[in-house]
Amino acid sequence: MYARWVLTALLVWPVIAALIVLFVPARLAKYVSLAVSLVEFAISVPLWWTFEPSTGMQFIVSQPWIQSWGIHYTVGLDGISLFMVLLTTLLMPLSILGSWSYITKREGGFYSLLLVLTTGMIGVFVALDLFLFYVMWEVMLIPMYFIIGIWGGENRLYAAIKFFIYTFLGSLLMLVAIIVLYLHAGRVTGQYSFSYMHLLGQVGLLGSGAWWLFGAFFLAFAIKVPMFPLHTWLPDAHVEAPTAGSVILAGILLKMGTYGFLRFAVPFFPTVALDPTVQLVIVALSLIGIIYGGLVAMVQPDFKKLIAYSSVAHLGFVMLGIWALTLQSVQGALLIMINHGISTGALFFLAGMMYERRHSRLIDAYGGIARVVPLFAAILTLVSLSSIALPGTNGFVGEFLVLLGSFRTYPIATALATTGVIVAAAYLLNALQRVIFNPLTQDENKKLTDLTPRELIVLAPLLACILWVGIYPKPFLRRMEPSARQFIELVKPGSTQNQP
Amino acid sequence: MSLDLSSYRDLMLSLLPELVLTGWALVLLLFVAWRHKTIRDLRIAGWLTLAALASTAVVTWWLWWNRTGVAGIAGMVAADDFRWVSDWIFLGAAALTVLISFGYVEREQLLAPEYYVLLLFGTIGMMVMAAGADLMVIFLGLELMSVAVYVLAGFDRRRARSAEAALKYFLLGAFASGFLLYGIALIYGATGTTNVGLIGAQAAMMGAPSVMLLVGLALLIVGFGFKIAAVPFHMWAPDVYDGAPTPVTAFMATGVKAAAFAALFRVMIQGFAAVPAWHDMLWWLAVITMVGGNLFALAQRSLKRMLAYSSVAHAGYLLVAVTSGTSSGTSAFLVYVVAYTLMSVGAFAVLSAKGRNGESDVMIDDLAGLASSRPWLAFALAVCMLSLLGFPGTAGFIGKWYILIAATSSGQNVLAAILVLTSVVSAGYYLPVIMAMYMKPEPIAAAHVDVVLDRWGRAAVAAAVAGLLLFGVWPNRLFDLARSAGESVRPTVTTTTTGQ
Repeated sequence: MYARWVLTALLVWPVIAALIVLFVPARLAKYVSLAVSLVEFAISVPLWWTFEPSTGMQFIVSQPWIQSWGIHYTVGLDGISLFMVLLTTLLMPLSILGSWSYITKREGGFYSLLLVLTTGMIGVFVALDLFLFYVMWEVMLIPMYFIIGIWGGENRLYAAIKFFIYTFLGSLLMLVAIIVLYLHAGRVTGQYSFSYMHLLGQVGLLGSGAWWLFGAFFLAFAIKVPMFPLHTWLPDAHVEAPTAGSVILAGILLKMGTYGFLRFAVPFFPTVALDPTVQLVIVALSLIGIIYGGLVAMVQPDFKKLIAYSSVAHLGFVMLGIWALTLQSVQGALLIMINHGISTGALFFLAGMMYERRHSRLIDAYGGIARVVPLFAAILTLVSLSSIALPGTNGFVGEFLVLLGSFRTYPIATALATTGVIVAAAYLLNALQRVIFNPLTQDENKKLTDLTPRELIVLAPLLACILWVGIYPKPFLRRMEPSARQFIELVKPGSTQNQP
Repeated sequence: MSLDLSSYRDLMLSLLPELVLTGWALVLLLFVAWRHKTIRDLRIAGWLTLAALASTAVVTWWLWWNRTGVAGIAGMVAADDFRWVSDWIFLGAAALTVLISFGYVEREQLLAPEYYVLLLFGTIGMMVMAAGADLMVIFLGLELMSVAVYVLAGFDRRRARSAEAALKYFLLGAFASGFLLYGIALIYGATGTTNVGLIGAQAAMMGAPSVMLLVGLALLIVGFGFKIAAVPFHMWAPDVYDGAPTPVTAFMATGVKAAAFAALFRVMIQGFAAVPAWHDMLWWLAVITMVGGNLFALAQRSLKRMLAYSSVAHAGYLLVAVTSGTSSGTSAFLVYVVAYTLMSVGAFAVLSAKGRNGESDVMIDDLAGLASSRPWLAFALAVCMLSLLGFPGTAGFIGKWYILIAATSSGQNVLAAILVLTSVVSAGYYLPVIMAMYMKPEPIAAAHVDVVLDRWGRAAVAAAVAGLLLFGVWPNRLFDLARSAGESVRPTVTTTTTGQ
């Protein structure tokens, strides 16, 4: 029974609740929406146990929607989307709790937009119909646009419209590609349908048109990831967004890009994706992302901007892992997707907490605060170490697997990528030193208060995940392995036989 | 029900909607000659107009329900689903215009009930255009519609801009009629007939089209290009849309444009199926119109002028549907026009609430902070803007999607790509409206106290928004209707030569 309704409930519940939140008194909005998101999380938690790794796509529900075009409401879950959905439902209550005192105006609107955003994000990860996927992909754009534009920092209007237009540009070209794909599959089989499975079987015969279609999908997803040189919207959006917005942007929205590559772009067009030139370009762009992102992060005076550029670097590892197409590298890429959501999410929460106390995001505004706020300093250190990928934390497992797996396919590129880990240590440790160590010179910093219980509750689940994945990643790897294998088999049949 | 147009009774029956509406218009003319003093008279005239539109819609429905068609030789008028569905669109556009006019004419002191009579005659002209299966009938309808709208554009005779709009529209409209008529004359010279079906048959027998036919076709397209405000024949549109009273602008942007397109579809598909040259002409016209309309709109600061240019851009999208030349293009046109009518009327209605004295001086930034003082109006305008942008969840997206499918299924992938790229540009002028309303503070306290819509205007806006959202999520019925209507416009096959 649970399998029949769970995904639909996860999609419908936040939308209904968003309407309720809009109409409750403003001071109650955060309580109601916190309760709503906790219920959402509770609905999603049993997925972890009921998910059967070896079955592939499961929890499938399919209902006709617009029949004259073969559009169905089809949702399902596999070892790739499972984690993305759980990450979303975990981060939502934390984001709401993290916005508790940060959001002071138009609270009803803010929290109901967050809930609508939840539906859009989960919808992207579970949609198995390309029309539904496209709709969800766009649906999450509007709430984010409003969240940045209304509750963001000083430069919010610019950041919001930049975010919107970048994403919109990519997604509209993808829309044309989806339609061409649909018509092509319809002509070949006589059955016009936007179903993922249906289209997946028919794309082999596309010929040279596949290049254009891959290009359109690539643009949409690469903007979202974001890959160098399409990343310029990201620092603006991350920095201007309120804390919850940054957390969700980094934690989940960026994963939609890499998820899109895993689910659509690569399996649909394996011949294009495996073309040597395309491989070279994508691996090169990932490498540039890793190293350039790290180097730029090193010189940022603004802590949030530093985290934003570190995201470019982390996502570069994910892209490298996906394109290396070995079991370890793909699993590693999936793990980094999860880890980045946890660690970067926590970093943005911490940055938001700093900002609430001191109203500055500049690294130089701090210094020596470890003596004043020891708890905060300890947690920031731990999270930074996990972001650097220190052994024992989650970051290490993911990046190690990616580097290990990619070495077989791209030895030189992987060797270069390893320097990215060193660069990460350089920028994060340097920032850490300037924020929490160094002499305590500024008077404002002497009166800072340490983390409140509410803030600890926000951070505790993330810290637990950091250690859990870092020490015992097996439950994660076990659940994602069949799906990762299936992904590789779709692209390069027979290549996983001799791999562990 | 099959009509034999050589019989007098059947001919009357085929013209029943037009006759009913004409009867009502004459009754209303008598009524206003008798009572035209008070505001109450004006209201009664408005209600009579609504009754006229409703009863005509019922008559049209009756003909549609009985599957009325024409048997035997092609007559001067067509009787097919395309005509009935187009009629509903014109009647709906006129009814929405009446609803938003109630409060407007009283506020702006346009106290002449002839306003409604002219609206009815304009609507009759549109219906004749959609019905015309002969170039002369189409021309008659076009003139009837245009003359009524010339007067309506200048209805606010105390305002110089309104008078300018009327004069400009009249002069350029007369010019365009000249082109159209000359085109018809040349086509008559080349084929010996003005009947659209017979032109098609003649052209098919001719083989390579004669120069005279091609010139006639080109002139015909120029004439229609003026009416639909396609670039480079759009020069009149911004000034006329800007100067005319806002409800009239809404009527022009929706009804007039839809009627010209309906006639264009019939002429091109039935008359010139054998002359592929029109595809190329319209291809270029569509590209220039989409690019030009969107770029010009980007530069506007006045809301009304922005909407005028955006209407030019939308004419470009509709031209893409014409260019596809298939029945799915015709269906896409109908779906898109329904959406476009709803979103335009909604947008113009909110504009008329904000502005005074013709609304030409309402800048986009004047809407700043509207969301906090008038949340419902702001929400309605936001939905209209997103729909104009083609955002999923609204009818505007469904319409655009349909046009994209029509274009790609006839191999016009490049045109589809240009359509979506120019749509991205349009985000640059639709979003600032939302941005102003939601993300900028009110310039002065209580800046929006006088922004009110009367109850009927609110009803029209609510109906438009509800329709946009409904068709955006559940367009199935609309599709069924549009599909059968689109398929009813087919190239005529010469059956006489094969001897049946």
